[in-house]
Amino acid sequence: MTTEHAAVEIVDMDKYFNQSKPNEVWALDAINLSIETGSFVSLIGPSGCGKSTLLRLMGALTHPTNGQILINGKPADDARTDRDYGMAFQHSGLFKWRTISQNIELPLELMGWGKQDRKARSDELLELIKLPDFGDHYPSELSGGMRQRVAIARSLSFRPSLLLMDEPFGALDEMTREHMQDELLDIWRRTGKTIVFVTHSIPEAVYLSQRVIVLSPRPGRIASDIPVDLGERVFETREDPRFFEKVTQVREALRFEESPQ
Amino acid sequence: MTSREDQTRALQQMERTAATRRTVRRIVVFAVFVVVLGLAYAGYKWFGQSIDDAQTSWPVIGELLPPTDDLTMPPIVDIIAEFAQPPQRNSGKPLGAFIAEAALFTFREAAVGFAFGVVLGLLLAIVMLQSRWLERGMSPYLVASQTIPLVAIAPIIVIWGSNSMTWLPFEWPRWMSVAIIATYLTFFPVAMNGIRGLKATDPASDELMRSYAASRRQTLFKLQLPASVPYLFAAFKIAATAAIVGAIVGEISGGVGGGLGRLILDFASRYTTGPERLYAAVIGAALLGIVAVGLVILAEYLVLAKRHDESTAL
Amino acid sequence: MTSRFLKAAGPAVILGVGGVLLWEIAMRVIQPEGFVLPAPSEILAAFAENAGDIWTATVNTGYIVITGLVAGVILGLAWALAVSRFRIANETLTPLGIMLNAIPIIALAPIFNAWFGLLSPVSNQAIVVILVFFPIFINTTRGLTSIDATEHELMRSYAASKWDITREVRFPNAMPYFFTALKISASLAVIGAIVAEYFGGRQDALGPLIVQNAGLTRYAEAWAAVLAGSILGILLYLAAGAIERASMPWMSSVSASG
Repeated sequence: MTTEHAAVEIVDMDKYFNQSKPNEVWALDAINLSIETGSFVSLIGPSGCGKSTLLRLMGALTHPTNGQILINGKPADDARTDRDYGMAFQHSGLFKWRTISQNIELPLELMGWGKQDRKARSDELLELIKLPDFGDHYPSELSGGMRQRVAIARSLSFRPSLLLMDEPFGALDEMTREHMQDELLDIWRRTGKTIVFVTHSIPEAVYLSQRVIVLSPRPGRIASDIPVDLGERVFETREDPRFFEKVTQVREALRFEESPQ
Repeated sequence: MTSREDQTRALQQMERTAATRRTVRRIVVFAVFVVVLGLAYAGYKWFGQSIDDAQTSWPVIGELLPPTDDLTMPPIVDIIAEFAQPPQRNSGKPLGAFIAEAALFTFREAAVGFAFGVVLGLLLAIVMLQSRWLERGMSPYLVASQTIPLVAIAPIIVIWGSNSMTWLPFEWPRWMSVAIIATYLTFFPVAMNGIRGLKATDPASDELMRSYAASRRQTLFKLQLPASVPYLFAAFKIAATAAIVGAIVGEISGGVGGGLGRLILDFASRYTTGPERLYAAVIGAALLGIVAVGLVILAEYLVLAKRHDESTAL
Repeated sequence: MTSRFLKAAGPAVILGVGGVLLWEIAMRVIQPEGFVLPAPSEILAAFAENAGDIWTATVNTGYIVITGLVAGVILGLAWALAVSRFRIANETLTPLGIMLNAIPIIALAPIFNAWFGLLSPVSNQAIVVILVFFPIFINTTRGLTSIDATEHELMRSYAASKWDITREVRFPNAMPYFFTALKISASLAVIGAIVAEYFGGRQDALGPLIVQNAGLTRYAEAWAAVLAGSILGILLYLAAGAIERASMPWMSSVSASG
């Protein structure tokens, strides 16, 4: 079944925090954005540009001041109650008192899945993230990279069509990070999800996505929308001259006037 | 991946041996302390006897130094021997057995009171969690409630219990009134630590639950309550001692027989005919307190070790 | 500024006034015979009638409380300072202190009566001192020893002497812990003194006043004495808070487990 709607559709959206109060913050300005189903899109920008806020708006964890956000053609709140999307953060946010399997099954428990179904699904996902023997371990026994994998598995457990990720690899060292990026691409290829990925890292944004959206400093506006056409990513991609060209292009797009921030 | 599993397992093994070594060391330290205390006691007695208790007339600190005659400070050997003797009135069971039975009676009161106190405290914490207004409103009274020497009102509670609870189909046992005092002393630390623990969740976890459109109940049971467990155990350790103290004092002031409080009272009033018995009963009470806290620590270890969590102090 | 204070204190005041009013109305409507908790108006009336006796009793009990509190604080602080200097001492003695705190201190009251005499204030003061000593010692030691590694290294990079480090880093760090313990100790001291008075001591003190009235089923008078004890406890708590704010203008106390 082909969806007629784009996965994410944002129209004329502004976001103010503490509007009309002395500590008012103008976070986002006139955002117009359309994200195709099944695509991998990165959001990048200087600190405070509002990229995390934009992601949270997509996830209906906060609401726009003006404008509209549609997820799969529905208002974002409905998408949230329909559990159309999964989220992953910089801190894996695993519950330390639950085993790995139990952590992956958490959303399924909340949705009332039966015990058998949950177990089957978490086993399936453990295979997907290549940690099949770790179901009965606790988060404290796993490394940071492994925990992030579990967090991603958890976000996929109820088969949402959209994945919102806020710098999930930010706390990892460079080598683990690159490894995780390949894992994520592998998962993306196999599951066909739409992924919106917030990052600080230019190479990461270019490597992972088909489209890099650059936000300006506060108030965040879409400064550039850069397509990335590097084909299937392989080990050599990171050393390919075209990769460096794209990275440079994004870097140039990120050069803004000196603004107080 | 196997080497990582081996690594984590080795680390766990190391942690466990370190923890065992710590516990052993603490037991040893306690044993050494008891020995040192005994030596100090005996040493002071010997000193006092040798100068005919002149130290009690010393300026300033003379008042703070007790006389060392055998009536005021019975020899340690006599105290220990007393545990095996039957108390004067009833021949048969040795004193040690009487003390143990009384300790069990007091423990039961304290345990029942503790259980109610925990439930009440948790309920209060959950209620306060729902409303910041309520929390801000109730906190000062919670703090103030602990300054009310309710233990002093124990006789009233006991009498009131026997008189007013006549509508119950069974007879209201007097020890229940003592348990209520223990409840009162338990619920405060549990409520205060409970609310802190319930709120001590990771903001990322909070957002996660919101992203799942989890209901309030689901968030409470799946996130907040499990997160509060370490804090609750810290409160339980305090509450355990408080419940025991409440039970003993409740027994004494309420005239409830069968427990350590009554035993201590009896032996205190008949001090001159056997001071060793009072000391023995007090030692029994001390041990009861330590056992009660020890049980909580054991429970904490079992629960938290399974979660691979860290406990608070000790 | 005032609106913020109102916002903070408002709910408590509303709950308190509401609760008292509700209680008063309930008692007038139901009018139960000789109920264990009389109406607030009755308690206040009894308080006013017996003000003289209550005052004397409060002063006597208060004397035990305050002397015991001061002695206990000094002892606790001294031990905390001594133990925090030597790591071995800290590792052995502090857990011991925590363990000893599990003992029902009040059970020692009859023994102290035998040692110091039934009517001597020392036997009750000793109970208060021990009750106060433990929280002060344990908490202050924790405060003195749990300093930020970064701050410590910074001071050492300035070639600061051990005493300098103690003064500039350890003391300020320990103060919140100390004040938390002081507040706990204040209430413990009042309760401990009153309960110790059961076992012995002068008869014109709060403990005996409460028990005697209760025994005569003069509940309103008993509660009036309890009220006096609570006021004493609250005053001490507030005094501790005031000293805290005066000595630590830069922060509020660490609220440990209550």
